[in-house]
Amino acid sequence: MKHALRIAGAAVLLMSAAACGGNDSENDKSNQNQEAAFNKDPYPSTYEPYPSNPILLQDATVYDGLGSVFEHYDVLLRDGNIAELGENLEVSDDVEVIDASDKVVTPGIIDNHSHLGVYPSPSVSSLQDGNEISAPVTAEVWAEHGAWPQDPGFTRALAGGVTSLQILPGSANLFGGRGVIVKNVLSRTVQGMKFPDAPYTLKMACGENPKRVYGYGGGRFPGGSPYSRMGNLAGYRSSWIQAQEYKRKWDKWEDEGGDMPTRDLELDTLKGVLDGDILVHMHCYRADEMAQIIDMSKEFGYKITAFHHAVESYKIADKLAEEEICSSMWADWWGFKMEAYDGIRENIPLVHQAGACAIVHSDSDIGIQRLNQEAAKALADGRRVGIDISKADAWTWLSANPAKSLGIFDQTGSLEAGKDADVVVWSGDPFSVYSQAEKVYVDGALMFDRDNPDFNPVTDFELGQPGEGDMK
Amino acid sequence: MIRTFLSACVATACIAVMAEAQTVAVTNAKLWTGEELVEGATVVIRDGKVTAAGDEASVPSGVEAIDAEGAWVTPGIFSAFSRVGIVEVGAEDTTNDTAAPMSTFGPALQLSDAFNPLATTVPVTRTEGVTRIAVAPGFGSSMFAGQGFIADTSGEPDSITEEKAFTFINLGEGGAGLTGGSRAAAWATLRAALADARTFPARYIASDEGDALGRLDAQALAPAARGDQLILVAVDRASDIRKVIDLKNDNQALNIALVSAREGWMIAEDLAEAGIPVILDPYANLPSRFEALGSTQKNAERLIEAGVNVAIAYFDDDSHQARLVLQAAGNAVANGVSHEDAMRAITSAPATIYGLDDIGTLETGSVGDLVIWDGDPLEVMSAPTHVYVNGVEQSLESRQTKLRDRYLSLDESERPMGFKR
Repeated sequence: MKHALRIAGAAVLLMSAAACGGNDSENDKSNQNQEAAFNKDPYPSTYEPYPSNPILLQDATVYDGLGSVFEHYDVLLRDGNIAELGENLEVSDDVEVIDASDKVVTPGIIDNHSHLGVYPSPSVSSLQDGNEISAPVTAEVWAEHGAWPQDPGFTRALAGGVTSLQILPGSANLFGGRGVIVKNVLSRTVQGMKFPDAPYTLKMACGENPKRVYGYGGGRFPGGSPYSRMGNLAGYRSSWIQAQEYKRKWDKWEDEGGDMPTRDLELDTLKGVLDGDILVHMHCYRADEMAQIIDMSKEFGYKITAFHHAVESYKIADKLAEEEICSSMWADWWGFKMEAYDGIRENIPLVHQAGACAIVHSDSDIGIQRLNQEAAKALADGRRVGIDISKADAWTWLSANPAKSLGIFDQTGSLEAGKDADVVVWSGDPFSVYSQAEKVYVDGALMFDRDNPDFNPVTDFELGQPGEGDMK
Repeated sequence: MIRTFLSACVATACIAVMAEAQTVAVTNAKLWTGEELVEGATVVIRDGKVTAAGDEASVPSGVEAIDAEGAWVTPGIFSAFSRVGIVEVGAEDTTNDTAAPMSTFGPALQLSDAFNPLATTVPVTRTEGVTRIAVAPGFGSSMFAGQGFIADTSGEPDSITEEKAFTFINLGEGGAGLTGGSRAAAWATLRAALADARTFPARYIASDEGDALGRLDAQALAPAARGDQLILVAVDRASDIRKVIDLKNDNQALNIALVSAREGWMIAEDLAEAGIPVILDPYANLPSRFEALGSTQKNAERLIEAGVNVAIAYFDDDSHQARLVLQAAGNAVANGVSHEDAMRAITSAPATIYGLDDIGTLETGSVGDLVIWDGDPLEVMSAPTHVYVNGVEQSLESRQTKLRDRYLSLDESERPMGFKR
């Protein structure tokens, strides 16, 4: 299946603006060397919030995304940020008041596993840019270099209330490359979508996909390495050994100077993980494999941020809680491949109940449009077996937890004063199949309005085609 | 060995007792009959068939009724398009009988030969309220996928309802690719194949080969070519759909229904006039192929409004997730379809498309497929509390619920997990 291949973990380095900005101390030799060495943010975000007027969403049911729900609450958006939440907020003349008395207001949904842009619509061969299958280790590739900002899928996700997402390389490779985190705002360029100051991420992949793609590659027998799960582990470990050696060289150079080490694009990314700058998002289905990968991370001294798909997380939810590793999950996908055979509908609530970080993800251009319904299904299935989770708590699966997994929780992922005004107004209870996102704000700017055709963006690809501007 | 044999006997006996149709009565139901909603209704099923249904029906003496307490009661849900029971693990070819790319046969492939009522997908589908499934072959090396079947989800050995329910044909981009690389080739092949099949066996007396079909394929396609078997056509682009309408208008006897029909809304009136029903996935709103540029979630609403008979299915993972047809129907409602039309699209509409008058409804004479729900069936947080197939109450267990129950607690201080079941 197509999605089986796309689901991979990619290794991505975090070379964020934070890592390369602000080091202008004349006395800091190390930083001076680093600055002189190379630019760690050569494709910087050019995203700027669009202009907006102050807006008061009045008298709404509000999920703050942190586990609380408030009735008859007001939310004030000003200057691109959430200015204030509370009852009966006072309104100045410049504020546009929107009656939200029968609406529900939530933080925007954040999908931490998407292939929009790298596997866009239309799904023609020329636009398949999500897996650099040329070798099992391609930590050197970056999803942002393959993403097509004219993918109509971005507009559909927006209509589903998605305000930020992580675009990942596919899961063909052991190390698939860097992911990119974007605001879901159409742009002429990928840089114009990039989430400002977000860390880089690395996609890695466990299990069936790497060994199928390489071991059985092209139908030859045998293909190349890895041919087995043993080969997978050997492949990661060999790379980490190289990365450790690479890191030693750079650390030494930064301390002692001398000839600058030769740069290696692949090892730049892996070193970023070892330095703690790049967050590891790893495609892994089986519980026993996750346990092996956890040991490997300790062997080489790095942290796994999230296992993706993680259909067997329920079998080791206690260990995942202990290790503070998130699970990015579907509500009910199963059986499309052997490592997904033990998927159950209670995976998400069981992970949540164990005190581990649970995330609802899509890995799908269709699923991304209704992640709120996926959370609702998981919630209901959990309740039927006695796992008592509130809707307000369940919303953490959709915004706060994914934001934390992407290193952007200080900017978005909850409704708190001072955070980005990434906000959705739902027509009703977002845990109902009948509710839809009516208005979607990104940084306080209205980017989608179901009732206003002027706020129903159309990508270049769909201009002049059948159904242009239609309600999709 | 003896002990094993005995316990197997006991198990068989138990199944035999359970499978015997009892008299079932449900009162105080919010009943969707397949055509309308009736509050305060009673349904009585005897010997596998509905003997009374509605607000006037009464419980026969001596029968213990289930008080639904106002809960939704519906016919068993009918998935109009699936691959349930023919795939165990999608990516493992040995367990996946959907398509036969190495076969030299086309229409002669009879998918019911591959059906396994004990596949894990069957109870997983059933426990979500889906009691009838149309199962379609996939496209391998031919624009003719073969013949699909209708089954129930009881898991019983005799659970196939109709073995040769339809033949399945691919037009548009897919058909072009399977016939030489052009839509022109697909249509030439289709015309030749229909001519071969219509004239079977006469033209095969002298030769084993027709213009497009071998002897057995022509024999298999003959009922469809003569209008005696439903033809499902996978097609999306408006211009391709128009060609199918032309085919139907030129051959009025043909019984055709469309699958997918992403751009059907663009020519909804023509489809309605031609009397061609549509089986669609209401999620499909991306221009995922050039033949589907007009895709929109409004397709169902617009087709129904024009008078087209629409059935809803879930296409994305149709072997393991056919159960999501209910959520798909709920989303159709969110996008403009009335609740009644959405319910119809997963109960009586598929039955009418497949010509099964006694399925998908709860009226006197209907087959006793019935589900009691703990909420609105189309809501994502609802689930069945009781499922009956042919009047027999079904287990709500599956391999998934067993895995769940094993891991509800992770305590293995006394014994490994393998001892828990």
